[in-house]
Amino acid sequence: MSTPTITTETRPDPSASGNALTQRRSRPGEVAFRLAMQACLLIAFGVLAALLTWVLVKGWNRLDSRLWTEMPTGLVSRLDGAGVQSALVGTLWIISLVALICLPIGILSAIYLEEYADNTRWYNRLLELNIQNLAGVPSIIFGILGLGIIARALGLGFTVITAAIVLSLLVLPVVIIATREAIRAVPQSIRHASYALGATKWQTVSRQVLPSAVPGIATGSILALSRAIGEAAPLIVLGAVTFITFNPDGLDSGYTALPIQIYTFITRSQSEYTELAAGAIVLLLAIVLAMNSIAIFVRNRFEKRW
Amino acid sequence: MSTSTSNAGSAAGSALRRGRRRPVDSTVKVLLVAAALVSVATTIGIVIALVQPTIGFFQQVSVVEFITGTSWTPTFAQKAYGVLPLVAATLTVTGVALTIAVPLGLGSAIYLSEYANPRTRKVLKPIIELLAGVPTVVYGFVALFALNPLLQKWWPTDNGPAFQNLLIAGIAMGIMIVPTIASISEDSMAAVPRSLREGAYALASTKMQVSTRVVVPAAMSGIVAAVVLGISRAVGETMIVTIAGGLTSDRIVLNPLEGAATMTAFIANISSGDIPVGSLDYDSVFAVGALLFLITFALNAVSIRMVRRFREVYE
Repeated sequence: MSTPTITTETRPDPSASGNALTQRRSRPGEVAFRLAMQACLLIAFGVLAALLTWVLVKGWNRLDSRLWTEMPTGLVSRLDGAGVQSALVGTLWIISLVALICLPIGILSAIYLEEYADNTRWYNRLLELNIQNLAGVPSIIFGILGLGIIARALGLGFTVITAAIVLSLLVLPVVIIATREAIRAVPQSIRHASYALGATKWQTVSRQVLPSAVPGIATGSILALSRAIGEAAPLIVLGAVTFITFNPDGLDSGYTALPIQIYTFITRSQSEYTELAAGAIVLLLAIVLAMNSIAIFVRNRFEKRW
Repeated sequence: MSTSTSNAGSAAGSALRRGRRRPVDSTVKVLLVAAALVSVATTIGIVIALVQPTIGFFQQVSVVEFITGTSWTPTFAQKAYGVLPLVAATLTVTGVALTIAVPLGLGSAIYLSEYANPRTRKVLKPIIELLAGVPTVVYGFVALFALNPLLQKWWPTDNGPAFQNLLIAGIAMGIMIVPTIASISEDSMAAVPRSLREGAYALASTKMQVSTRVVVPAAMSGIVAAVVLGISRAVGETMIVTIAGGLTSDRIVLNPLEGAATMTAFIANISSGDIPVGSLDYDSVFAVGALLFLITFALNAVSIRMVRRFREVYE
């Protein structure tokens, strides 16, 4: 899932410049091109909208309180009274931990890179390249990192904390890149004014720069967390594919999570499972899309334009 | 990395602070550097996690067999470790996905950037960004249970698509990548200076000519970066191909109507079962993972270069 980049500059409005000229000479080729471009947009997003609606219809019968009050089951006969409570609670556990682990590290890294690092030094440039590259490493590779290093070498096993660390590292570049963009958008004049009043570097960063960058940081953080909620691949490698019928009760507890639970349902052939999977998907989509909406709203509404 | 490096960004404040460096400031800097090192540790961790089992793997399987073998059957009695079937399936799915995502994504971007009025764009852009956040397990689900039944029903000939097949996985992946390609290409088209467009209009260009001959070429490095990112995501995408792409890997499958395991699908499938640590099967997961890491590393390098070029020109 990509991170929408945060653009604060005002963009030129190309539709305004050509209109007067092109209006009189709408040749057939011109019209066809315009319609073709419009069709691309409509097809791509129409299909996506139709598919999401289909999921909603498919899962409609399962969209009631059973979803969050009942546990998943591997027995088809008990499926009518089944839900995804353990997966929902597991997801909440994991995501709270990811927020605690990933956000401080990501924001501090971004402050270092933007405010402290001398980017003419080779190690700082390497650091930057490294983060850009990490942003493009497939999520399943992070699962392998978790399996080989965190679960086995560090001995944390297949637990909530392992999942949270792996997902934190996975979305760390998203937080860093978004925070850097937000910090970079704060004008130099504010820093200079703060220094002129006798503030130290850290006073300037913590009392002037960061408060101004909060909307951008918040947006990036929410998008990162919502991506972590939807990730299934690394958790599959971490052996989370089983029917877990208890809620996690600690960092070293076994767990399941919504996307994993959905995958487990999908691998079962019975149609009752398909319905329950659709219901769980609607729940997952509701959480993820709500978070993304808040993030985009925060960015568009609160971001300062200097 | 030393914590006492001087830095250019603080030139304004350093003269004033030199005499009264406070403990808080130096402690903070140590913390910041430590945080930044986490991402370095992550990369080192990935490399270590991949390298050690991969070396173990290649002590038992020759590199030549791995790269040129046409059968991948670690779970069979007759084991073969040729990675080509997995690579071929990955390429097929990626090809199908790009065939769908590049025209649709670019068309959407051109429409949004050049034709849509500002109000429409203001509404549509956030929606596209929102859709880029749909979890991939959802695309796998709709590919298997909504799109593939439709494809099977409408297929004109008798030997239609299988229950799981590469075509449907590619189509779903294409739909998944469209928002990414559209969003990044639109950003780079919006960054093309207005003066270029106005110059072209002054030479009596039509809107289509301006879009295709001025804006698209000027935004080309951003567009290429978007497409390369799309390829990188398609190659590394796991859930769609695991759910809807199939499992065959004992031979190279070239017909997209059949199912076959991609590199990621193999990793996901074998590691969701029980495999003893240290066995050749266990190590094969890491060998395939290492190959996947190298491929996406190369793709990312191209993409990063392209993005940098497009930033240098217009910012």
